[in-house]
Amino acid sequence: MPLLEVRHLVKHFVRKQGLWRPPSVVRAVDDVSFTIDEGEMFGLVGESGSGKSTTGRCILRLIEPSSGEVLFRGENVLGFDRSRMRAARRDMQIVFQDPYSSLNPRMRVGDIVEEPLVIHNLGTRAERLTRVAELFELVGLESSYLSRYPHEFSGGQRQRIGIARALALNPALIIADEAVSALDVSIQAQVVRLLMDLKERLKLTYLFIAHDLRLVEHICSRVAVMYLGKIVEIGETRALFSQPTHPYTRALLSAIPVLDPDAPHERIQLDPAAFDRAAPLREIGTQHWAAV
Amino acid sequence: MTAPLLDVKHLTVVFDGSPAVTAVDDVSFQIAAGETLGLVGESGSGKSVTAFSVLRLLQPPGRVSGGQVLFEGRDLLTLSEREMRAVRGARISLIFQEPMTALNPVMRVGDQIAEALLVHGQASKSEARARAVDLLNAVRIPDAAQRVRDYPHQLSGGMRQRVMIAIALACQPPLIIADEPTTALDVTIQAQVLELLRDLKAQFNLALLLITHDFGVVAEMADRVAVMYKGKLVEQGPVRQILREPAHEYTRSLLAAVPGMKGAR
Ligand SMILES: Nc1ncnc2c1ncn2[C@@H]1O[C@H](COP(=O)(O)OP(=O)(O)OP(=O)(O)O)[C@@H](O)[C@H]1O
Ligand SMILES: Nc1ncnc2c1ncn2[C@@H]1O[C@H](COP(=O)(O)OP(=O)(O)OP(=O)(O)O)[C@@H](O)[C@H]1O
Ligand SMILES: [Mg+2]
Ligand SMILES: [Mg+2]
Repeated sequence: MPLLEVRHLVKHFVRKQGLWRPPSVVRAVDDVSFTIDEGEMFGLVGESGSGKSTTGRCILRLIEPSSGEVLFRGENVLGFDRSRMRAARRDMQIVFQDPYSSLNPRMRVGDIVEEPLVIHNLGTRAERLTRVAELFELVGLESSYLSRYPHEFSGGQRQRIGIARALALNPALIIADEAVSALDVSIQAQVVRLLMDLKERLKLTYLFIAHDLRLVEHICSRVAVMYLGKIVEIGETRALFSQPTHPYTRALLSAIPVLDPDAPHERIQLDPAAFDRAAPLREIGTQHWAAV
Repeated sequence: MTAPLLDVKHLTVVFDGSPAVTAVDDVSFQIAAGETLGLVGESGSGKSVTAFSVLRLLQPPGRVSGGQVLFEGRDLLTLSEREMRAVRGARISLIFQEPMTALNPVMRVGDQIAEALLVHGQASKSEARARAVDLLNAVRIPDAAQRVRDYPHQLSGGMRQRVMIAIALACQPPLIIADEPTTALDVTIQAQVLELLRDLKAQFNLALLLITHDFGVVAEMADRVAVMYKGKLVEQGPVRQILREPAHEYTRSLLAAVPGMKGAR
């Protein structure tokens, strides 16, 4: 049984357009299904605005999906009542894409990282403080910073505070939404090593939402590619990167910036009219599906 | 040689407190009109604080304790707040690293773009509204005519970042400071946004201080690169030289950590 199974997830946002215009509907997530095995690093990539963050938020019920199912260890979390959901959140944590708005500006960062432990009544105060200091060190922050407020940090430092908080409870699943995007490559490598190490030692499972395709190729075992609310291609990382099949995936992989200023560039332009957006996923190779 | 557009001399910034932190330590660099300087460095090394200091947006307890910021012949550090307001947005604009720190959560994004034009008297109300749609189109936001009516929370992370870019471009300033402008963008849209910036550079001789940790973006955009480490500029030079023959140990270790770097060389 996979740790997480998302079935036919749909989230539509209705946007009011003022008095005289009819409301418009944004199909942010439009029938998305995938599974993640325990101890897997699953990559979710795709166009900006294609519904990745919305998918992550729906899984944790930070927003309520319009329809679909989210099975965690075989149970549909969308059917959980409040107290069940609160208990389930101990096992499912998220690192938000936007660290600035997700950290309470009036709390000291040490308290922010400790908060989940307090909410779930874990450990004595002394044990919690030890844990918080340990988490700080793990993400490469000095423990002398614990009494600072979020605005006293750099963007990348704030992002690491969000990671420390998500790790505090030793969850089973982490939804990492652009969790390392603000880090320079060397600190990013350190944090990624940490995440991979926890995966190996504690079977921690990740939904890793990212724009950095080189990184995804490097660390994820499977990848799904989203475009306009749908998964257009999904499969084992090696297969997907070596044989991208959906036109969007091809355009995406061709746009990865080259590290050589003199290298010639062949970018594939996507022609949205050239493919059928309603095409279902079909198997195109071993462990590799595309909506073509 | 003509004077550079921006000439930062011995900039030093401290955060008062116990202990006081010197976040930027004797930093000097220049940017010529039309030039792109890539600023890279460790997380927490002082890149954003440098950007904020140039525009005098530092909040206490942060303060510039020394140095000069010469721009178009004046030291920005000596201007009155009123004079400075005429510089921000119109002569130098900033694309903030975290869009939500800069966007107004209760104002429609189209109005926020239009406001940038109105404040500097660069358009009438109706022109500004039309320009807002054009600018959202230019940064590749689909259905721009409808999206101008969205509030920031209704947009995805990358869309908010593109709204920030649109605001920064609104007045076509000669210098844009872009602090991690494409971290929330997928590579196809990133490529289009970088293309747009390149076009503007060619058309209007736009200069760019491009803060990024993405060496792919550096390789594609920068003429020169400056490397920061613990508040200091440790290395500066033409992009090819920095990428191929980094002199400083920190730059070398940074480049060694880039996934795929060795394959590219
Ligand atoms: N609260 C909301 N109200 C209305 N529309 C929303 C809301 N949240 C998201 N959307 C819309 O849903 C779509 C998907 O947004 P989402 O944030 O999931 O994209 P994303 O794939 O995470 O993009 P990015 O890579 O830019 O972060 C977008 O069109 C966005 O405008
Ligand atoms: N208000 C503040 N009080 C104290 N220290 C601060 C404050 N704001 C920033 N700092 C410190 O100044 C240093 C430089 O921060 P800055 O935001 O310039 O880093 P950066 O190079 O932009 O990093 P990143 O790549 O993570 O965004 C950091 O160590 C940060 O903790
Ligand atoms: Mg997102
Ligand atoms: Mg910064």
